[in-house]
Amino acid sequence: MQTVFSIAVDALAYGMVLFVISIGLSVTMGLMRVVNLAHGAFAMIGGYIASYAARDLGLGYGIAVLLAVGGTVIIAVPIERFLYRRIYGAPELTQVLMTIGITFCIIGIANYVFGPTLKTIPLPQDLQGSADLGFRTIPVHRLFAIFCGLAVAAGLWYAIERTSFGVKLRASVDNAAMAAALGVRTEVIYALSFAVAVGLAAFGGVVGAELLPVEPYYALRYMVTFLVVVSVGGAGSIPGALIACLLLGAVDTTGRYLMPEFGEFFFYLAVIAIICIFPRGLAGRMK
Amino acid sequence: MAAVMNTERALAAQARPRRQAGRDLAGVGVITIAAVIGYLLFPDNLALLTRIVAVALLVLSLDLVTGYCGIATLGHAALFGSGAYAAGILSAHYGINDPLLMTLAGVLGGALAGLVSGVVILRGHGLPQLVLSIALIHLFHEFANKTSSWTGGSDGLSGISADPIFGTFEFDLYGHTAYVFAIVLLVLVFVLLRLLVRSPFGMLCRGIKEDPVRIRAMGASPKAALLKMYVISGAVAGVGGALNAITTQVVGLDSLSFTLSAESLVMLVLGGTGSLFGALSGTVIFMLFEDYVSAANPFHWLTMVGVLLIAVVLFAPKGLYGSVAAFLSRRREAGE
Repeated sequence: MQTVFSIAVDALAYGMVLFVISIGLSVTMGLMRVVNLAHGAFAMIGGYIASYAARDLGLGYGIAVLLAVGGTVIIAVPIERFLYRRIYGAPELTQVLMTIGITFCIIGIANYVFGPTLKTIPLPQDLQGSADLGFRTIPVHRLFAIFCGLAVAAGLWYAIERTSFGVKLRASVDNAAMAAALGVRTEVIYALSFAVAVGLAAFGGVVGAELLPVEPYYALRYMVTFLVVVSVGGAGSIPGALIACLLLGAVDTTGRYLMPEFGEFFFYLAVIAIICIFPRGLAGRMK
Repeated sequence: MAAVMNTERALAAQARPRRQAGRDLAGVGVITIAAVIGYLLFPDNLALLTRIVAVALLVLSLDLVTGYCGIATLGHAALFGSGAYAAGILSAHYGINDPLLMTLAGVLGGALAGLVSGVVILRGHGLPQLVLSIALIHLFHEFANKTSSWTGGSDGLSGISADPIFGTFEFDLYGHTAYVFAIVLLVLVFVLLRLLVRSPFGMLCRGIKEDPVRIRAMGASPKAALLKMYVISGAVAGVGGALNAITTQVVGLDSLSFTLSAESLVMLVLGGTGSLFGALSGTVIFMLFEDYVSAANPFHWLTMVGVLLIAVVLFAPKGLYGSVAAFLSRRREAGE
């Protein structure tokens, strides 16, 4: 019972971190049809900035998070403007190569600037230790990660379903040419949603640093995981991504707890099974 | 429109079999000359050159599915590694040390892995296809890691020692025999592949890349053709894997890694997809550069590869060989 409970909490926290990072990827992939392998690199940049701010400059955790999100967006916007904009609508192979190239560059530069060691982000007092639920205690940080995931999901749902930006975004996802003809400035929508996606990635990178440690190969190591989540959930679908994250988080964490010697075997087996059964993802729309 | 033009070009190409045969011979000549130059330039580093040939076979095999069939995959090292492990296990566990038999085992192992990968990867299109290929290479990697009594796990499979070829040419310490063996294999595979990509089957695969719906309307089955190509590609990659196992006498888990898959794709694109010469030149350039730069600092190497990739995508989308070939043919047309 103890094991089941701790597996459940860890799986939930892991799934939520995955969700925060990859939901941006899912939205941009559904919107711009770009296979963006560099998404994990932006989460890594967020983690590095937060680590630098909190550990080396001694700023507070909240400020570090804000700096990380802001800094990553500032770094990412020129990349979108000059590199990504050229590969919208290009064949997949081109997109894969361009974004792998960007990932390699970011890894190399991050290592040059910050060194090859693992970076930690010191947690504030309130997030350390564990919370007593009466019958079990769980680490506060896990609760915090779960809360962040829920908040991001709710916020995105509101922004997409209830605001005028959300209306334009959905219109552009459904039919970019028609939306542009009706006066929606799709370029602005693209740039804005890219910025939001990158900001969320950075946020997830900071919040999830306890579960996915920040180091130079972060971008390559988890790139696959994020991509898998989006593909399993179906690009552009928030509920799909949420279900995929929770499902894959559960499979991965359970596999690690019960059969650590098999590593990520079950994770990838589950991925292959799901994609073979649902080629367009769990919540993918038929074309 | 592009499809129509390509078909016309293909028809024109078929009308000139003699010129094609000449180009085959020229290709063999270029490979031989490059091999001799490599031997003269790096007599002390034949192991690197042999490794380049092994990887070149992998990139050629990737070109078959990516360049000729249009399947984007990041899991092609699965075929290479399977060939390497098949050859290695034959020697280390069954004591069959004949290099030709080991190569044959590599071919079979690679073809089998190609069949499995093809069945899985061809189920998806676009992003799901890419993710399937990534999941597959990780699955192969984990599987080899777990069955360590057969594969040696993360320590690598050792105890491979190939007998002399034909009982006379022994694998010497300096790697002369290994190098010659590698070049002979490469030339053989190259000639066979030139014949393959020009055959009606090769044309069919190109047609599927351009427009699968039309091919189906013409009565051919795209999926069966692609699967067949995947098996052939597996056999070619298996030759490369077996060559690597025979010449280095060890098979590591890195031959089944995502990194090798991604690198081989980078090499292919650097040289130019859809052309055997492109695949070869991309491999040679990439591996030689890697040897120089990564010896200094692996992270600078990563940054450089990244910049190189972005530059190729932006300025030379056909790859280095493709761009040079296009430039030359334009000049020839202007001269005529």
